[in-house]
Amino acid sequence: MTSHTAGTTDAAPTTAHRGAASPARRVAAQTAFETRMILRNGEQLLVTIFLPLFLLVALDRVHAIELDTGGASRIDFVTPGVLAVAVMSTAFTSQAIATAFDRRNGVLRLMATTPLGRGGLLAGKFLGVLAVEVVQAVVLVAAALLLGWHPHAAGIPLAVLAGLLGTAAFTSLAMLVAGTLRAEGVLAVANLLLVVLIAAGGVLVPPSHLAPGWGHVAALLPSGALGDAMRGALLDGSVPLGAVAVLLGWTVVLGWAARRWFRWQ
Amino acid sequence: MTSISPPAGAGGAHPEPCRLDSSTVPEPATPQPGAAPSASPSSAVSPTEVDDALVVRGLAKSYDGRRVVAGLDLTARRGAVTAVLGPNGAGKTTTIECCEGLRTPDAGTVRVLGLDPHTDAAALRPRVGVMLQDGGLPTGVRALEMLEHVAHLYADPRDVGELTERLGLASFARTTVRRLSGGQRQRLALAVAIVGRPELVFLDEPSAGMDPQSRRAVWDLVTELRDEGVAIVLTTHLMDEAESLADDVVVVDRGAVIASGTTHDLVTSGAGPDGTRAPDSTLRFEATPGLPPDLVPGLALRESAPGTYVVAGSVDAATVAALTAALAERDVLVHRLTVGRRTLEDVFLDLTGRNLR
Repeated sequence: MTSHTAGTTDAAPTTAHRGAASPARRVAAQTAFETRMILRNGEQLLVTIFLPLFLLVALDRVHAIELDTGGASRIDFVTPGVLAVAVMSTAFTSQAIATAFDRRNGVLRLMATTPLGRGGLLAGKFLGVLAVEVVQAVVLVAAALLLGWHPHAAGIPLAVLAGLLGTAAFTSLAMLVAGTLRAEGVLAVANLLLVVLIAAGGVLVPPSHLAPGWGHVAALLPSGALGDAMRGALLDGSVPLGAVAVLLGWTVVLGWAARRWFRWQ
Repeated sequence: MTSISPPAGAGGAHPEPCRLDSSTVPEPATPQPGAAPSASPSSAVSPTEVDDALVVRGLAKSYDGRRVVAGLDLTARRGAVTAVLGPNGAGKTTTIECCEGLRTPDAGTVRVLGLDPHTDAAALRPRVGVMLQDGGLPTGVRALEMLEHVAHLYADPRDVGELTERLGLASFARTTVRRLSGGQRQRLALAVAIVGRPELVFLDEPSAGMDPQSRRAVWDLVTELRDEGVAIVLTTHLMDEAESLADDVVVVDRGAVIASGTTHDLVTSGAGPDGTRAPDSTLRFEATPGLPPDLVPGLALRESAPGTYVVAGSVDAATVAALTAALAERDVLVHRLTVGRRTLEDVFLDLTGRNLR
C-alpha cells in the first residue's frame, strides 16, 4: 500500500492530497452552507420568519381575538408561544422539507461520500437549525420588545434550554418524516402538521385552556410541552418539570425511530 | 439469450472474471517485479492485487429477494480507466454503490485502495471521489458555491478557479443548480468529484446529456487524471466513450461479469454470443440502400440496416476488390468501408443480446 501523503513515494499520484479538512472545519462549513440554503429559500423564510412574526403582531394587535392571558399583558402572554412556533417551524417543517428533497435529489448520498460523512452532515443540519433559530430569535425578540414585551429576566436561560429541548424533539420528528416519506408527501405533512399544532397543539393557547379532554392530550404533545415550557420560563421564571419530561421523552422516542427507519436513499 | 458461462457466485471456486481470451489479457500492471502472473482463484484478495485501486470478488446484492448482483468480480488498476458496461438493470450502479460504501453487500469482498469501504469509510472518504448518476447536487445552491463548499471539506483541494476553467463552469457559476441544463449539472458534479484530489474516482455515466464540446472537455480531464496515476471507474452506455477512454472494459449483464479485458482485446477477439469466435474479417460498408444480396458472386451480402451492408465469411484483398468493382459497375459510391474491426458496440450487443430489456 503506497502512502497517500504527497510526494513520499514515486508510486503516489502526483496529485496526492493531504486528506480531509479537520472535523470542526468540515462541520462549520456544512453549518454555514445549510444556514445559507434555508435563509435564501423564499418558502422557508415565509414559514420560519414571516409566519411567526405575523402571529406575534396579529395576536398582540387584533383584540377581536380573545385571549385568556391570566392577568399578563397580551404581548407577554403571546411571545413565548410564538417563539415556540418559531422553533417548530425551523426544527420541524423547514428541516423536514429540506432534508426530504436533499434525500430525493441524492444530496445525502453524495455528501456521505465526501469527507463530511453522514455524521458531519447531520451535525451540520442540526447546527444550521440552531443558527436559523438565532436569526428568528433576534427578529422576534426585537419585534416583541417594540410591542412592549417584558420577559421574566431570570427565565431567559431557561427559555433557551426549553428551545434546545424543543429543537431536539422536533428535529428528530423532521428526520423521521424526511427519511421515510416521499419528498412531496413530506412537503404536505410538514406544513399541515405545523398548522394543526399551531391551531390545536397547545403551543399558542396553553393546553389547560383547550377543551378539557383534548387539553390533557395536548399537554403530552411536544408542541404543548414546548409552549408550556416557554410560557413558564418567560412568564414565571420557572419551567414545569412535566413539560421537560415530555420533550425529553419525545426526543428519545422520535430519535430512536428516526435512527431505526431513516433511509438515506 | 445465451451468455458466456457466468462467474461462480460468492462461495464459488472460480471468481476470476471470465476472460474472452485470457492469453491476450495482460495481468494488472503492478510495480512489483516478479509478481506472480496468475493469481490463484480465491474469494480473498490475493497479495498481487493489493496495489490495484479497486478489487471486488464475488459481490452479491439482492433487493427484496431479487438478485441484482450475483457473484461479480471487478478489478480497477491505478492509472487506468476502467469502464463498466451493461444494459439497464445489469447491476452496474448497485456494484458501484457497494464500492462507494453507500450500500452493504450481501456477500463478497470489496477492497477500495486496500481498505474496506464500510469499516474504513472515514479513511477512504478523502481519497475517493464520487459522481452519482443523479448528480446529488442541492437544487437551491449556485454552481460555484457548491464546488467551493465541497472544496472546503478537504485539507488540500484542487484549485477551484482552474477546475472552473477546465470544465467551462464560469458561464454558469452564479446560476442555481435548479436552472442548470443536464450537461452543466454533469460537469459540476464531475468537478465536485475530483476537487479533493482523489486517488480513485467513480463516475456513473459521466457524460450523459452533454454536448460534444463538454464531452470532449470531460474526456480530456479524465485522461489527464489517469496519466497522473488516478484510477477511474466509469459506467457508461456510450460505446464510443468507453472505446475512446477506457483502458479496461468490463461487460456486466444480469449481475455478473460476462466479459472483460482491454478495449483492444474485446474489439479484436470477436467473440460471438455463444463464445465461439466470429469470422475475423467481417466487412461492412455503407452505400445506397437496396443492393441485391448476390451483388458479387460467392459473397453473402446482408443489408443490416437500410444502406448498411455486412459481408460475412472470409474476406481478403480480392474480396474487397471484387466488391468495389461490382459497385463501380453500378455507379454506386461507397461511403464507408471497414474490414475486420468490430466496434465495441458490436461486441456489447453480441454479448448482451439485441432485445430490449
